[in-house]
This record gives sequence, C-alpha cells and structure tokens, in this order.
Amino acid sequence: MFPAPFEYHRATSIDETLALLAKHGGDARVLAGGQSLIPAMRFRLARPAVLVDINALHELSYLREEGGMLAIGAMTRDAALETSALIASKYPLLADTSALVADPVVRQSGTVVGSLCHNDPAGDWGVTALAGRAQIVIRNASGTRTVAIDDFLVDSFTTAVGEGELALEVRFPTPPPRTAGSYQKIERKVGDFATASAAARITLDADGAITGAGVAIGAAGPHAMRVRDAEQLLQGAKPTKELIRAAADAARALADPVADNRGSVEFKKDMAGVLVGRALIAAIGRLGVEGLR
Amino acid sequence: MSTTAKPTPDKYSLGQSMKRKEDPRFLRGHGNYVDDIVLPGMLWLSIVHSPYPHARIVKIDKTAALAVPGVVAVLTGEDLAAHNLAWIPTFHGYDKQMILAVGKVLFQYQEVAGVIASSREIAQDAAELVEVEYEPLDPVVNPFQSREDKIILRDDRENKTNHIYHWEVGKRDATDAAIAASDVSIKERVVFQRCHPAPLEPCGIIADMDAATGRLTLYLTSQAPHAHRTVVSLVTGIPEDKIHVISPDLGGGFGNKVPVYPGYVVAAAASVVIGVPVKWIETRTENLTTTGFARDYHMDVEIGATKDGKVTALKVATVADHGAFDAAADPTKYPAGLFGIVTGSYDFANAFTELDAYFTNKPPGGVAYRCSFRVTEASFAIERGMEILARKLNMDPAELRLKNFIKKEQFPYPSPLGFVYDSGDYHLTLRKALDIIGYDALRQEQKEKRTRGELMGIGISTFTEAVGAGPSKHFDIMGIKMFDSAEIRVHPTGSAILRAGTKSQGQGHETTWAQIAADELGLDPQNIMVEEGDTDTAPYGLGTYASRSTPVAGAAIAMAARKIREKARKIAAHLLEAPVDDIEWENHAFHVKGLPENAITMQTIAFAAYTNPAPDTEPGLEATFYYDPPNLTFPYGAYIAVVDVDAETGFVKVRRFLAIDDCGTVINPMIVEGQIHGGLTEGFAIAFMQELAFDADGNSLNTNFTEYLVPTSLETPHWETSSTCTPSPHHPIGAKGVGESPNVGSPAAFVNAVMDALAPLGVTHIDMPLTREKVWRAVRSAKGAAKT
Ligand SMILES: Cc1cc2nc3c(=O)[nH]c(=O)nc-3n(C[C@H](O)[C@H](O)[C@H](O)COP(=O)(O)OP(=O)(O)OC[C@H]3O[C@@H](n4cnc5c(N)ncnc54)[C@H](O)[C@@H]3O)c2cc1C
Repeated sequence: MFPAPFEYHRATSIDETLALLAKHGGDARVLAGGQSLIPAMRFRLARPAVLVDINALHELSYLREEGGMLAIGAMTRDAALETSALIASKYPLLADTSALVADPVVRQSGTVVGSLCHNDPAGDWGVTALAGRAQIVIRNASGTRTVAIDDFLVDSFTTAVGEGELALEVRFPTPPPRTAGSYQKIERKVGDFATASAAARITLDADGAITGAGVAIGAAGPHAMRVRDAEQLLQGAKPTKELIRAAADAARALADPVADNRGSVEFKKDMAGVLVGRALIAAIGRLGVEGLR
Repeated sequence: MSTTAKPTPDKYSLGQSMKRKEDPRFLRGHGNYVDDIVLPGMLWLSIVHSPYPHARIVKIDKTAALAVPGVVAVLTGEDLAAHNLAWIPTFHGYDKQMILAVGKVLFQYQEVAGVIASSREIAQDAAELVEVEYEPLDPVVNPFQSREDKIILRDDRENKTNHIYHWEVGKRDATDAAIAASDVSIKERVVFQRCHPAPLEPCGIIADMDAATGRLTLYLTSQAPHAHRTVVSLVTGIPEDKIHVISPDLGGGFGNKVPVYPGYVVAAAASVVIGVPVKWIETRTENLTTTGFARDYHMDVEIGATKDGKVTALKVATVADHGAFDAAADPTKYPAGLFGIVTGSYDFANAFTELDAYFTNKPPGGVAYRCSFRVTEASFAIERGMEILARKLNMDPAELRLKNFIKKEQFPYPSPLGFVYDSGDYHLTLRKALDIIGYDALRQEQKEKRTRGELMGIGISTFTEAVGAGPSKHFDIMGIKMFDSAEIRVHPTGSAILRAGTKSQGQGHETTWAQIAADELGLDPQNIMVEEGDTDTAPYGLGTYASRSTPVAGAAIAMAARKIREKARKIAAHLLEAPVDDIEWENHAFHVKGLPENAITMQTIAFAAYTNPAPDTEPGLEATFYYDPPNLTFPYGAYIAVVDVDAETGFVKVRRFLAIDDCGTVINPMIVEGQIHGGLTEGFAIAFMQELAFDADGNSLNTNFTEYLVPTSLETPHWETSSTCTPSPHHPIGAKGVGESPNVGSPAAFVNAVMDALAPLGVTHIDMPLTREKVWRAVRSAKGAAKT
C-alpha cells in the first residue's frame, strides 16, 4: 500500500511552515506524528498534494504550566505525557488518556495536537479536551487566535483550523484544588479506536459538593461531545449513586453513535452511559469519596 | 521406538531446550524473505481487484493504464485464457479456480487484472487506471441462502447447483436410534466462524524465467515447495527439471502459504512471456481478502447419554461455506479433512457425521490457521457439546469427561468414525490439569461469587487431534502420497548437512531437525546444518502444515540417521577390528560388546568413512529416507480457562489459562512451549475477536488490521503450560505433532469458561467471537427474561 504521489517539505521554522501552508492552501497538509495521516495516505483515503512536515520544529515540543494553564506543544508526543511526572501528579485525566490512546508504539510518534486536528469521531483526546475545557492556539500568516475546544471540533475530521493555518498548542486549565478526572475507554484490543469512551472532571468543595464538572463522551457522534445535561445535574450537587446514574443516563440519551464492527448503536449508547458512570466514580474516588458503585 | 539401549542423557540427547539456531539470523535482521530479494531488471506486478462480490464483467479498458510511463503490460483473464491459464485445478482436483476473472467475478476483491510495471509504485498507480465496467449481480452471502439454489454461482460447472458435495461417515441409523433412546440428549448449533491466519509476512513471489537456460526460478512464499513445483509443471507443461522453487525464510504460514494464488500464476506467466523477473508482494488487504481463510463450519451437534452421564451416541451435521471455489487444500480422499476426529477423547459406541459444502460469493479456502484438516472445527464441536451435556446432566464437566474418556488400556483405539488412535492417557492428563489449576478451590470460589451475583467461569477442553498426514494408503494430494523425506550427509570432520522435504515457517526446524539427527548419530546439533525449501537440493516432500513435519519428516530424519548408523557400525567394526555383530551403540558411541571404555565416536567414524573406508563399503557417510507413516499421530491435551465476566460491559477477563499437552516424545521443550504460546494466542484471538465477516451485500468487513484483530502482548493472557508424555508407539522416536494443538484445543476452553460464567443466567451458547457486545447482549436478554 503506497500513497499517491505527493510533494514533501520539511519545515525548519514556524514562519516557514506558515509560508508553505499559505502558498499551497488547500493542497497542503501538516505532517505531525503521521499516525493518522500516513495510514490514510497509504490506503489512498487521503491524497494531499503537499506535505509540510513539522517534526523538525523542536520548539513545538513542550509541556509547560504558565498563566494558570498547562500548554502542550504541537509536536509533543503522547508518550511525553505518559511519562511526565507533572502530568502524573496534577493531571490524572490527561495521564489516563495518554495511557489509553492507541498503543505504546503509536504513542511514541502521535501528538495530542495532531489528534485534535484530525478529529476522528472515535479519537480519545477530543473527549478529554472537552471535559478538561481545553483551548487551542491557532496561527496563520496574519496572526494568532485562541479557540475553545467546543468551537474547535466542527465536524468529523473537520476543525477550526483553516487553510494556511497551524495549530500551535493545546492548553488545559490547571485544575483547582480538590479536582480530579478520569478517562474510560472500551476497545476491542490495545491500539483500537474506542468502541465507547468517556471523560469526567470533578471539583469538590469543602462540604463535598460538586463545584466544577466536565463530562464528555467519544465514539458517540460526529466528534467528541460534551454531556451538558450531565454537567448541569452534577453542578452544585453532592455525589450519590442516583446522581451518577442520572448523569450516566444523560450520556445514554445524548449518544448518537453509528453501528460498525465495534458494536451496534444500542450497545454503544449503553456503553456511553456505563463509562460516564465509571469515569465519575473513578474521578470522585480519586478525591477520596468512595461507596458510589 | 528405537531398539537401541536408552542412552544416559548427554549433549546429543533429545529433550533439551537448545536455543534456536535460526534466531541469531532473525534477531539481527539477517533473515531473507521473498521481499528482500531483488533481481536485476525486475518488474513489479500489481493486481486489480473487484469491488463487487458478484458481477458480470462488461468491459475492461486497459488504455489509461498502458499509457502510464513504466507500464509494460496489463493482463486480464482473457489474456491468460489464450495460454490456457485463466483457470487452474484446485489441489484435490475436484474443482477449478479462476486466476483472473473471466466473464464474472465471484467474490469481492477477486483478481481481475494484473499490471506489470517497472516499479511497485507505478504498478499500483496504473492499477487504479484499469477501467473495469461491471454489471452487479445479487450476491449469495451464506451457505443457507446458497443451499436454496435460487442464484447459481458457478455457471461454468456442469451441475447447476451451489451444492459442492455431501460427505458422511459412521452409522446414521444406529446413531439416530441411540440418541432417540438415550435418557438425556442435547442438540446445539455451534458455528466456527470464518477467520484468517494472517501471517505477518503476506504472500509473494519473484518469477524469473531465464530465456537462455529455459529455467523458471520461483522465489515463493511456500509451505510446500515440491508440491508447488509439481503443480506448476502440471499446469504449464514446463518440464519439472526446468522449474526451480526456492522458498526462503517465511514470516509465518499457518496454512495460508499452501494454496496456489493468482498473483503467483500471473507473475510466472508474465516472466515467461516477457523474459525478465517479475515480483509480486501482497498487501495486507490482499492477504486478508483473497487468500486462504479458515473454518466457516455451521455444526449441529447432538449427543445422547445415560442419566448418570455415560455418553452413548454422537451426531454432527455440518453446513460448510467454501466460498467461490472448492479450493480447500484437503487430501484427495478427505473432502472434509479429518473431521471424523469429532468423537474426540471419548468412547462413543455410536457416531455419525455428515457434511454438505456450498459455494458462496466469498473468497475460497477453508483449510488453514494451524489446523490439521478440520480437526479444529471437530474439536470445538465435541468439546462444546460435552460442556452443554454436562450442564444438562447437572454434572461437573471434569467428571463427565473422566467418566467418558477412552481408557489407556483401550489403545490402540479404533474410533467409530474410522481412526485408530495410537496412544494416550487422558485420565492422567486431565487429573494433572485439575490438580495444577486447583480445580476444587476454583469451584468453591465460583460458588461464593455466584451468591454475590459475580460472573466467574471455568472452562475445560480435553481435545484429541489426528495429525501427521499421512499413510500412503489413505493420503495423497494430486495423487502424490503424503510421505516426507530427509537426506543427511556427514562430512569428514563430523559435522553434517541435513535436508528435508518440509519447510519451516517459524517452527524451528533448523534446531529440532538437528537435534533428532544429533541424538541418532551422536553428533553435535550445533554442527548439523539444516536446509529446507530449495527444490534443487532438498529431497521431495509434501511440506509443512497440518502438524505433519515431526510425525513424517521427523521420522524420516531418524530413519535416515539410522541408515547412517548401520553403515557406521560396519566402519566401527573395521576400526575396532571386531565382528559387526559385536558392535554396540550406547551413549552415542560404538564399542565392542563388553568393552564400553573403548568407545569410538561418530566423528572418528566420519573421518574414517572418507580416509579409511571399511572393505566392501562405499566411501562416504550419507543416507536418504522417504518415510511413509503407518498411521497418524494423536496428540491431545487438557486445557482449563478461568474467566471473570463484567456483566455491564460484556468484557471477559481471562484470569488464568493452563495448557497441558501430550505430544509424546518432546524434542525441544522450549520450542514446544513457544508453539503452545503462539497457538494459544491465536485461539484466544479466535474466541474473542477474530472473524472474517461480510455484510448482507457480500462486502468484506475486515480488510486490514484495524478491523481484523490480532492481539498484542498487552491483552494476551498469561499462559501456564505443562505436559505429560505418552510416546507414539509407531513413530521412530515416539513423537507426535504439536504445532496446532493449542489453536485446536483452546477455543472451546475459552467459550466453555464464558458459558460457565453465564450459566446462572441460563445462557447455553454464544457463537465466537465472544465480543463484548455478544456477551453484554446475552446477559441483558437473560436479565430481561428474568424480570418478565
Ligand atoms: C495503530 C493505531 C492505533 C491508533 N489508535 C488510536 C486510538 O485508540 N485513539 C486515538 O485517539 N487515536 C488513535 N490513533 C491515532 C493516533 O493517536 C494519531 O497519532 C493521532 O490521531 C494523530 O496525531 P499525529 O500527530 O500522528 O497526526 P498526523 O497523522 O500527523 O496528522 C493528523 C491530521 O492532523 C493534521 N495536523 C496535525 N498536526 C497539526 C497541526 N499542528 N496543525 C494543523 N494540522 C495538524 C494533519 O494535517 C492531519 O490532517 C491510532 C493510530 C494508529 C496508527
């Protein structure tokens, strides 16, 4: 399986990248980890005429906290999150995701930003980004803008990144005290895209009431989706089994998956609920509140 | 068994975990696969496939493809027909198969045209430009639809029916009567789904016609190089001496590299016509969608028993989906392979089995995936049946098995379906398994868990295989008897080269063959070079599949070595100045009777064979042996799986898996263990994730590894292994085949364990693969039924 013919540029700076993207417009695609783009090209499902490789842009490979945000650069690989002490200690939702996305080999190459830009309906990072209220920084020849994840994920395989644009980084707000998250995924084998997945982020106040909630599901629609009904139910409430069941049911109601080899619509809808329940229980459990199963 | 005294083990002895001699080459990336071979001036073949499962070909337009710079030729079925190569006979000769489609296509991805170009990329780009106009026809997507004969798929055949054959063995009336008269009986349809062996290295060829010598060299991914040479000669008329098949290193085969594929034939035809080498290497999609699949048997299993659990009769009626052509590579007299092993390890007084095979709009094949000719399907049927019977009798499944096993005194055991089992001690092996796994404690744990509503299951499979085809009076392929061969040449300094008619695909022949010869000859296995796969040098053999290499070629090696030893005995007598009859072979050396301290080694004898030959003996020290096995071998095992089922998601966690195998004499325990690990992993995949599925329109749903799942080390369970040893009485070293045992035996253990876990919900059977959704659905409908 060989890609259709294409032109290849290895960019040496962000400016050069933007110039190349501006020049080739809709014919050009950014090449990050290549773990989605290259397979698609080999199957000839994608036939970009021009590739702009950003792997030499080491300045885009970082994980840093600044201004109340964790910034993840466009060339930061999944494996960097999986092995980061910072992520392990402060960002359990991201730590979970980085250990469940794809397989260990793919994670050596694949990037978080590339995954968000790819916007596969069953991709993992979009789900986590929604629950974690991420923002994406996008640059083009004329400037830089920041887009909330909810506006970034436009449709299957379509994002707010336009022609001639480069996503520079994704930012996650640094969690306030007593915040935890969890990412849950059902897959047929390691390295498979999700049959269903769910992310939850919960902040509790001193009384144990929920003061912040993010809930999202994957493989249940054209792209990852926030379960706003569940977030509303959770906001201000104290965690109980009933509350979690209700949040899970909200996910079941929202889920609008397609049937494929991974499962039927009925199964996937139910799994969206099961996984939202499990993600909430795990996140709240990480805050020391047990007995919700 | 050997008539010589049993030696005290030394460095030459069998049964040692010698490291694999082939591994340094593979681990350093120095393997040499077909795709590694590049010949000067070589062209590439890329194949155009049908997007339709069933369609008439209206028109093929080559113009645009031929216009691409670098394209040399575009071949279609009509071009091949001009050379009488559009169709070729299938292995057993009862059907024929298309090379490139003529008139119509019969399965999605069927080969329609071949593009020959100066590079692989150009060939593939140009293949996209071959314009084929199709007129789609209604497809036949399963054998039950096929059976109705509303759409006749093969208008080329004389009989206008999709029914390929009916096959039966055993006593129908007596069996029906016994089941009707039994206290308790069960009947269940169990489907062994269509799956695919998916070797890591797909199939490929370089065909190299040398116009000057008139010789056609084929570098081929072949498990059976000699058989392939003969087929090529028979089909093309090229004299067999002008055909040279070289099967270099193979990256797995599992039966997938036994059949002859269109890509081979097109590449060879192109090389003959164009006069330069032509290479074709399959893509993953081509491998999964067009080459030999496995199984696809729908089996109705019936067992009758007394109320205290003694089985009385077994009946299995099967509907088989053979795809577009009857290309299952079975021995000629065995259209359903060795399915008659379906009575398994149990002593049935009455048994009957019948099978009807049908054409469908799916790829052809059927005999592959670590399976000795349908033994896997048969083992699954009986082991599922016994489990279902145990449940119905409310009897422990281990107890039911122990009660019905063929007893060790009954061997050689004539089975009601026509085999004579060579040896076994089934009670011993199962008891050992129950003991190691801690069966009683597990049942206790399960009891407690059930009171809490937790789903835990224990599944047993005590299978018996029939492998090592086979005796010439029963077994042939294209008329060629299924013997195998070995040739050993001992060099003057006491090292040797050993060649065999088999072909390793990862089984470790370079090591185990050397070990067999080493033990027979008292030579260092490190210095016995093993060579296979080159038809110019290796003796004729039928190749490696169906666990036949050790039973047949392994025996030939031992026998060739014994011929050498007999000659060596004469040389020893000459050197020791004693009568031949006084020379004894003991502890891997010769000595004069009563004088063991004055022994001479084979190394000394080898030197003498070239420097000081005995009078009246030919110089040199070599022998060839063609071994015609007197019987098959019957390896068996006791496998136990322990699982926990997540009722909410249908996820099955395989908590433990124990495999006890009895393959008779073990040549290299490490290699056997490796074979078991590999086969168990495949069995796990088959049980839980693998299926070649088709939608209602006949479209393939598993065209690459994102949809046809191969487990990684991360989800593969931990395997516990052990063994018992009941040597084969008729094999020269007492060995039986083992390569396929784990794939044959394990699927039933997994399914039985899951069904055991679901037993409290009243679930009896779920067809493989046991996906989360299927288990979830079973739990759900059982719970739903309980509520109403
Ligand atoms: C075997 C396998 C299993 C996988 N399993 C999973 C899984 O379970 N879950 C999952 O979520 N993913 C999975 N993936 C996909 C993997 O996570 C990819 O790495 C990821 O989707 C894309 O990241 P990438 O860096 O490889 O991007 P690339 O493949 O390089 O690019 C993907 C797309 O994003 C665009 N793009 C990339 N970076 C930028 C940028 N900075 N600015 C603008 N556009 C950009 C590219 O042009 C392209 O269109 C799997 C991949 C493989 C090969």
